[in-house]
Amino acid sequence: MSVAIIDYGSGNLRSAAKAFERAARDVGYTGAIAVTSDADAVAKADHIVLPGVGAFLDCRRGLNAVPGMVDALNEAVMIKARPFLGICVGMQLMATRGLEHHETLGLNWIAGDVVTLVAPPDAASLGPGGTGFRIPHMGWNELRIAGPHPVLRGIAPGAHAYFVHSYQIQCADQSHVLADVDYGGPITALIGRDNMVGTQFHPEKSQATGLRLITNFLAWAP
Amino acid sequence: MLKVRIIPCLDVKDGRVVKGVKFADLRDAGDPVEQARLYDTEGADELCFLDITASSDNRDTLFDVVARTAEQCFMPLTVGGGVRTTDDIRKLLLAGADKVSINTAAVNNPEFVKQAAEKFGSQCIVVALDAKQIKPGTFEIFTHGGRNATGHDAVAWAMRMAKYGAGEILLTSMDRDGTKAGYDIPLTRAVANAVPVPVIASGGVGNLDHMVAGVREGHATAVLAASIFHFGQYTIRQAKVHLSQAGLPVRPTKERGN
Repeated sequence: MSVAIIDYGSGNLRSAAKAFERAARDVGYTGAIAVTSDADAVAKADHIVLPGVGAFLDCRRGLNAVPGMVDALNEAVMIKARPFLGICVGMQLMATRGLEHHETLGLNWIAGDVVTLVAPPDAASLGPGGTGFRIPHMGWNELRIAGPHPVLRGIAPGAHAYFVHSYQIQCADQSHVLADVDYGGPITALIGRDNMVGTQFHPEKSQATGLRLITNFLAWAP
Repeated sequence: MLKVRIIPCLDVKDGRVVKGVKFADLRDAGDPVEQARLYDTEGADELCFLDITASSDNRDTLFDVVARTAEQCFMPLTVGGGVRTTDDIRKLLLAGADKVSINTAAVNNPEFVKQAAEKFGSQCIVVALDAKQIKPGTFEIFTHGGRNATGHDAVAWAMRMAKYGAGEILLTSMDRDGTKAGYDIPLTRAVANAVPVPVIASGGVGNLDHMVAGVREGHATAVLAASIFHFGQYTIRQAKVHLSQAGLPVRPTKERGN
């Protein structure tokens, strides 16, 4: 058993790795957890995690720059059906296209576009504590869960997860939206189909709820 | 609904948490790693870690303390103090920070904020402003612990930093820091109403009503405090209960269903 957390020059990899290490200890997962930029290691891993922070285009370029990585991902996830978790921009990269600054192609695993968050026009008088809907959407928000899913086991509707982002995926097929949150309108929080899931929020920063999702992912055998 | 964040702040000097009054008369408030563990257990919404070591000769100590602090945190960790280059940011992120706070370097070179936001994303870049009232209703940015006036108006500066890509503004009133007299509401409100990004109110919390006022009257999206938590005056839980009773949305310290 092994988990590959993909290092492509983006993000708070240490945070992700340490949350996985903690979750693994909690459930007695004995497999290796590796932060790696080696496409072969990703091709062989049993669980694959794609983190990512920053801009869609930069992340896509970073992923393309790792020799063999996009091919290894497509083979492991789309052909061998290994469990996959995308986090934040790593989740957004699952989409068809990103429309942040430039049109950039995603991995096209989940049909949809990544678009800018727009604050509602009457924002100034609304929002948390009457302080307005500010962008980035930053902080803890309550998950509205669409239905049961193995990675959500033990996570109740209304559980809080930590978000920090200015863009979101709009799925072409609403059945791919597993959870959303309300921030002056719905914001996609968790997507998935078959052997893949993606979180807009940061499970590695979402305390008990996040660690629970990670332990569920480690136990997931789709 | 998005919740109001309660953020304990560790001011760290030479590897120890300290707390002063108006940026001086520092007193020891414990070990940062222990404090981080406690705040994580208590359900703090984020943790802020500011290195106030005057010189930069202690950088390696800082990275080590950040790494050990981050090990205890499964909540977002913002680290600031002496962040001057994109290399500093990368090292802090690798040590386990999720966001970095830029203060003096933004004043010395505003373009640095732009570069940092482009490279790491706005979500990762917090710009910290230390502001002092210079005449009624007018606030100026100061650096170097309040010793250096910059000539920048606080509101205009905050707007410029948001435009340059700061994802969040950490706004500290130097007049109120450590006084326990409450946040500077006119300052907080003026800045919060001028920028589209979240604003963290800081400086002067003495009781939990001050936090309510920071959000309700100051329009802050998050409230930061140091001494009221470090010295055990209030727990995070008490703060959340108080805000909730005042009608503000907060995340409970214990989640259902876990």
